[in-house]
Amino acid sequence: MARNLLRTALRTCMRGGLLLSAVTFLAHGAQAQDGGTDAQVERGRYLAIAGDCLACHTAPGGRPFAGGLDLKTPFGIITSSNITSDRDTGIGSWTQPQFERAVRHGKSPDRYLYPAMPYTAYVKITDTDISDLWAYIRTIPAVNNRVVTNKLPFPYNIRTLMIGWNMLFFDRSAFAPDPSRSAQVNRGAYLVEGLEHCGTCHTTKNAFGGDTRATYQGTSLQGWYAPDLSNNTHTGLGGWSADDIVTYLRAGTNRHTASSGPMTETIENSTQHLTEADLQAIAAYFKSLPQRTVTVPAPLPASNRQMMAGAREFTVQCSACHVSTGAGIANMIPTLQHNPAVNAPNPDSLINIVLRGTDGPVTTANPTGAAMPSFGWKLHDDQIANILTYIRNSMGNAAPAVLASDVGRARKAIDAQKVVWH
Amino acid sequence: MNYKRPKADVVIVGLGWSGSTMAEELTRAGLKVVAIERGAWRDTSTSFPTTRDPDELSGSVRKDILQAPVTETYTVRNKVGQTALPMRKYHNLTLGNNVGGAGTHWAGASWRWLPFDHQPYSHVMQRYGAGQLVDGLILQDWGVTYDDLEPFYDRFEKIAGTSGTAGVINGQRQPGGNPFEGSRTSPYPTPALERSRANVLFAEAATRLGYHPFPVPSAMIGAPYKNALGLNLAPCTYCGYCQLYGCGNWSKSSPNICILPVLMQRPNFTVVTECEVIRINTTPDRKMATGVTFVDSDGNTGEQPADIVITATFTLDNTRLLLLSGISTPYDVASGQGVVGRAFTFQTLSWGFMFFENEYLNPFMNTGALATQIDDFNGDNFDHTGLGFIGGAGIQSLSNQGLPIGMAGLLPQGSPQWGKGWKQAFRKGYQNYAQIQGQGTSFAHREQFLDLDPTYKDRFGQPLLRITFDYNENDRRSGRFIRDKCVEIAREMGATQVGGDSFADRPYSGYTPWDSSHVQGGVVMGEDPRTSVQNRFQQNWDIPNLFVIGASSFPNNAGYNPTVAVGATTLWTAKAIRDLYLKNPGPLVRL
Repeated sequence: MARNLLRTALRTCMRGGLLLSAVTFLAHGAQAQDGGTDAQVERGRYLAIAGDCLACHTAPGGRPFAGGLDLKTPFGIITSSNITSDRDTGIGSWTQPQFERAVRHGKSPDRYLYPAMPYTAYVKITDTDISDLWAYIRTIPAVNNRVVTNKLPFPYNIRTLMIGWNMLFFDRSAFAPDPSRSAQVNRGAYLVEGLEHCGTCHTTKNAFGGDTRATYQGTSLQGWYAPDLSNNTHTGLGGWSADDIVTYLRAGTNRHTASSGPMTETIENSTQHLTEADLQAIAAYFKSLPQRTVTVPAPLPASNRQMMAGAREFTVQCSACHVSTGAGIANMIPTLQHNPAVNAPNPDSLINIVLRGTDGPVTTANPTGAAMPSFGWKLHDDQIANILTYIRNSMGNAAPAVLASDVGRARKAIDAQKVVWH
Repeated sequence: MNYKRPKADVVIVGLGWSGSTMAEELTRAGLKVVAIERGAWRDTSTSFPTTRDPDELSGSVRKDILQAPVTETYTVRNKVGQTALPMRKYHNLTLGNNVGGAGTHWAGASWRWLPFDHQPYSHVMQRYGAGQLVDGLILQDWGVTYDDLEPFYDRFEKIAGTSGTAGVINGQRQPGGNPFEGSRTSPYPTPALERSRANVLFAEAATRLGYHPFPVPSAMIGAPYKNALGLNLAPCTYCGYCQLYGCGNWSKSSPNICILPVLMQRPNFTVVTECEVIRINTTPDRKMATGVTFVDSDGNTGEQPADIVITATFTLDNTRLLLLSGISTPYDVASGQGVVGRAFTFQTLSWGFMFFENEYLNPFMNTGALATQIDDFNGDNFDHTGLGFIGGAGIQSLSNQGLPIGMAGLLPQGSPQWGKGWKQAFRKGYQNYAQIQGQGTSFAHREQFLDLDPTYKDRFGQPLLRITFDYNENDRRSGRFIRDKCVEIAREMGATQVGGDSFADRPYSGYTPWDSSHVQGGVVMGEDPRTSVQNRFQQNWDIPNLFVIGASSFPNNAGYNPTVAVGATTLWTAKAIRDLYLKNPGPLVRL
């Protein structure tokens, strides 16, 4: 349950969207007040972007950091809190130690936080960075906005349940650089494990939402599959160079693919604003992960009934943009050839993208924003299943077939449009 | 209700190609720009999704993407003394009705105009003398030359991702390109389109006749391309739904694909949609513009004050806006004095139509500007001595149509008009019909002009623009000459049934099928305030903070489509505003 709670909350807060004005605010709005030096505030501002605080702590159309974004979970609604410097409804009366405890240990002055706040990752943030982050957060202008954060029904509304969860699944150890690895890789590890909290979505979880040992090996989160980032070419990042990773996190696109779903918002709001050195560090870290062997299934034969039907549908529906060979267009339309996301053991993201479409990333480096249109209104479950089965078993890919029933379930679960004809 | 918006540095009226190109330049320079557009917002992914099959009936037949005549139309007459009547149905002008303007639905022929087209007067005088001009013809230079504009042509092509094969680079002839083109500093950003079967037959025939065929430069992107603003474009798929359709494939250069995604990210840019500007406001002494007045979609009247006013509407609307605002002197046909509405030109179209016997032209594989052309008879690329006219035409095999309704009427002569025989004839005719277009130059004449209609008004009670136009003797002579060339090539292509037509042989009508949509002039740029509204920087001679951009600035029409020339002159003016005007606001040309 906590697993779903945590990840649903993350997804929802990402999808909650971030207005341009809010980004502008983040970039220029805050002014140093008493306490932190300008340099410290500036560092804190950067850390807040890396941690993507704004995404969850701002309601759609709301004032930056004033909270109020509803995170809809299967257990009920958690609403993000007001973290502006308002003394009454925000965190203006907090001290730095109280801030530190909330961010790194999930315990505010008066209550336990739910892991929708990714303190399980933020625990890795260093003392200096916490101090800088606090210096910046204090400069956020006060907004009086009272938020009732806990709207969960019994028993999930009992916050002290989190004491037990923390004991079981919260690894409180601080970030420890590995002296056997380069400073760059250690910097990357620090960002990935801490502020960027990549594992929150991409690490496979146990039944209670605690991290398993399958670090960055991908997991399903309510309608999406956060893909495998481990070092293998079939489903992971093994085929991407460090530059491919940097370009993707900076532009939302690279020579292989374009971002989709919640990752697009992460890129737009957070990673595109990181320095070149930090992006290189993140890439170096992922490239330093040990090689992982994954079992590659035998692709379905071209004579398979689904494959034959899917090949026809692919020509009619997909080939104009993705090109008849599936090669796509670099920095714009993903290639379907040898595509690790296509090979994902779980086809949730593929089904989601075909059913609902996905906005293209809009970044400073690549403002194109070419979107994948929605096919939910147009294609029946079996047509989508056949297309995906074909793509997953041709063009150098190999992955289990997608069934019409998978598409049907997803169509309901993600509230995609019904087909407009029969 | 009346209201006033906060003052901007610049207000731009109309957000088509010229407006968005200008807005990009000026916002990049740090100015606060507000654009006011009559049409609604459109973007590529959501307005033209590739999942939705285009519909010929709503697109090509009902022309849903165009501005309806009920919104604004023009009255037309052929001569002074006649009563002009409003065009109440769709006509030859294809006006945009959305953010992106006509640049969203255009066919996309992407020409640099010839050096001759920018300096026709000096050129004709030098080569032939005044005796070459028919009576009443108006011929004047632009005040800006091809060489002045070359860097801006280059930049605009790199925004648009124009596809084509260069003919002359740094003075060196290039194989496969147009040998008559002005020298370029770089090749086309993307390679030329594939040729249609009709294009191939045309190229072979033209070569046999000693002419120089080349692919028409096109807005249909030839290969994946990252444009000058960092936007990605995808190659054209020849889907066959191009002119009169928006492209959801990121394959047709348009403001929506090539500029707006960048512009919309800029905090110093605002677009106000579904608002029609009805007047340019000036100080009481008419020495400076102060902004514009518009009517919004609720019927309220708003004012947008600005330090610089730029109008970037359709050619005819640019003229109308000046006339409605009482800016500069209207042209008076009786005396020949005055400038606004003067030097109005259309185009002179000629055609060769043909049917083959046993071809498979597969016209369904087409796109807007899928064409192969010869320029051997365009501009002043040939000796006009003794011909009695100036100018000519780009002569092209144009493969821009293959849709069933549009093709249904194109049957060989003598075909049955109904039943089984008609079906057989259509089936055969579909694969065997081809056309050659002569897109002819047009030069202004003292009896062709624009003014405000004395009778008919628009929905806000303002007078419509009146077009007084008929083909002049120069048009008639050049039209027949070009028609004969079209027919000559059609015969050489091996067609069994060939017809030709020169539209200039009949009085002008706005309803002629297959006619040009390119009108130019009315607010022309030039070297002399007695014969131009604006100086060589498209800056009003009387009001230095008013710039009217677009094809309304061109005192003559080329044997080409105008968009890239509009883009180049817009960039030229943007640079002048940025580098000269902002440093020293005032007239950029002093006489």
